[in-house]
Amino acid sequence: MSATAETIADVEKLGDRYKYGFVTEIESETAPKGLSEDVIRFISAKKEEPDWLLEWRLQAYAKWQKMTEPNWAKLGYPPIDYQDSYYYSAPKQKDAPKSLDEVDPELLETYAKLGIPLKEQEMLAGVRNVAVDAVFDSVSVATTFKAKLAEAGVIFCSISEAVREYPDLVRKYLGSVVPQDDNFFAALNCAVYTDGSFVYVPKGVKCPMELSTYFRINAENTGQFERTLIIADEGSYVSYLEGCTAPMRDENQLHAAVVELVAHKDAEIKYSTVQNWYPGDENGKGGIYNFVTKRALCQGDRSKVMWTQVETGSAITWKYPSCVLQGDDSQGEFYSVAIANNMQQADTGTKMIHMGKRTRSRIISKGISAGRAQNSYRGLVKMLPSADKGRNFTQCDSLLIGDKCGAHTFPYIESQNRSARVEHEATTSKISEDQLFYCRQRGIGEEEAVALVVNGFCREVLQQLPMEFAVEAQKLVGISLEGSVG
Amino acid sequence: MLEINDLRVSVEGKQILKGLNLSVPAGEVHAIMGPNGAGKSTLAYALAGREGYEHEGGSAKLLGNSIIGLDPEDRAALGLFLAFQYPVEIPGVAGMTFLKTALNSMRVARGQEELSALDFLKLVRERLKSLGIDEAMLKRPVNVGFSGGEKKRNEVLQMAMLEPKFCVLDETDSGLDIDALKVVADGVNALRSPDRGMLVITHYQRLLDYIKPDRVHVLASGQIVKSGGPELALQLEAEGYGELLKETAA
Repeated sequence: MSATAETIADVEKLGDRYKYGFVTEIESETAPKGLSEDVIRFISAKKEEPDWLLEWRLQAYAKWQKMTEPNWAKLGYPPIDYQDSYYYSAPKQKDAPKSLDEVDPELLETYAKLGIPLKEQEMLAGVRNVAVDAVFDSVSVATTFKAKLAEAGVIFCSISEAVREYPDLVRKYLGSVVPQDDNFFAALNCAVYTDGSFVYVPKGVKCPMELSTYFRINAENTGQFERTLIIADEGSYVSYLEGCTAPMRDENQLHAAVVELVAHKDAEIKYSTVQNWYPGDENGKGGIYNFVTKRALCQGDRSKVMWTQVETGSAITWKYPSCVLQGDDSQGEFYSVAIANNMQQADTGTKMIHMGKRTRSRIISKGISAGRAQNSYRGLVKMLPSADKGRNFTQCDSLLIGDKCGAHTFPYIESQNRSARVEHEATTSKISEDQLFYCRQRGIGEEEAVALVVNGFCREVLQQLPMEFAVEAQKLVGISLEGSVG
Repeated sequence: MLEINDLRVSVEGKQILKGLNLSVPAGEVHAIMGPNGAGKSTLAYALAGREGYEHEGGSAKLLGNSIIGLDPEDRAALGLFLAFQYPVEIPGVAGMTFLKTALNSMRVARGQEELSALDFLKLVRERLKSLGIDEAMLKRPVNVGFSGGEKKRNEVLQMAMLEPKFCVLDETDSGLDIDALKVVADGVNALRSPDRGMLVITHYQRLLDYIKPDRVHVLASGQIVKSGGPELALQLEAEGYGELLKETAA
């Protein structure tokens, strides 16, 4: 068998290797199947929401009903029956836990399997300085390190809690970056979102630790719709990490999150994602459908937002973390690693909308395709007439493993200002037999050699991740490509 | 130590090694010389187990273990090291990471424990020092933007770190000026030992001025056509391959 044929054969062997495929048995309290005004009222009532929020949800639902699902992405999947899904599921617990001790032991065990021992995290707080707001299904069950954050004046809680405790802040910013009817999936999220995280960093405060949320989809057949809102007030700084894994299941799961970031004058937000949801078996069966709207508004002068993402999971990824560069001299950065193996399909990229003067953006995208996967970069760089001397640099590199996968690049550039400068560079290469042989001659097994070479390819992006997570991300890159060569 | 008998290897359906016999005892350095297209690099790659080098017959044993059919990493774990004619660039992977991954992979394959970061660093620094190589080289991505000399020194460093039982040096002199050649040869000579064998593959006699072989073999048309002492290399240098090949063909 030729090397290439062997590579392909071995790629196809991959499938049952998803390491985090297990389902936790916890009784769920579930809304009736399907989507209707009643279901939305149910969700809102369960969460004891104020009237304005229920109205806001219903308004979004009305808009969503008039919208059609987008089909411009290079993705193929069977039509989604939105009435054949559950929109609310919460782990049953009589009272909210006051401490980790009161958290369902089975839940804690699940986190342990994922390598997130909360108890240990708490004990290690001083060492790792990582706060975890663990979202299990749709309800936050444990939030740690609040005290330390409170000392600094930072608010970090579930968005449900924020609605109760800080309604004015939520009301002011919710939907201010991503309007309700921005797109089909965002509208759906507005109508049915169940939980997510809320962060507010007051003026001049540097958040003393990395903020991290582990999302996890659990109940069978439940779409998860998170909502995240992060506000960095003038001169503040915050770094946020979102990391996820999900258990194995048979039916496709719909996931449509909305993340909104607002950076005021001189503020900086770093948002890092490590996404490892179940990608489906070798035929793509059972994977997560991930339709995410992430957008940052660099509202104030000299504000800065940096998106870093490592996308290795999901059957379908539809995701374009974007920056609206409104303030003068504001900056947007996007660093992305997207790995698609087997039947995975990823259509991901970014949008940089330059409005302010001397706004700068930088896009570094690394796409890796293996198996029969399709991986597309789709990016828009737009210089509005007001974006005097705006600048963008884009670099898109694609790496192919085997010859049945595809890499596609769709850069859209619109410049309406003559003084603006936009640069785009793109490369496509195949993982080289020479490199693998060289590594193997030095005793490095083939899978590890692939992981090593691919990690090298992604290095520019991985090194943007917070130190604590860069190591995990490197391992994940290796795990995602296991079996992709003989 | 290395025993090759009647080895036949083909590449893309064409037989390149046509019944090659060679024996290199422990502690000896043997040179393989030969004209272009004789099969020198094929021999190196076939020994290392590169894909596409199809075994068609004969045997190759390292320390009594047959290496035929083994994966390259398993041959490496048995102690076989190939210094590449053209060392490969691995962008984004620091030399230090590469070496540590390689060394620990081999240790695991041999049933040893992985070296801790600290022990590894100690070992690397010791080797760097003895070879006179600056640590800065290991902070750069493997071979990326390296000069010819740096690449070959990096190969020697890897050899010193991995402590192979048998080394195959494939045209180590290619792309080196005389100063770089000396430095690399010094490194190789430092690794000569009574329990290590070496096979030095070269087109020119020049390298053998610096790495003195115990035996010299001439490879032509996929076979060893003549063997002798170091003087054979000098003879080849003086007369060229043409004369010798005519003689052996006759």
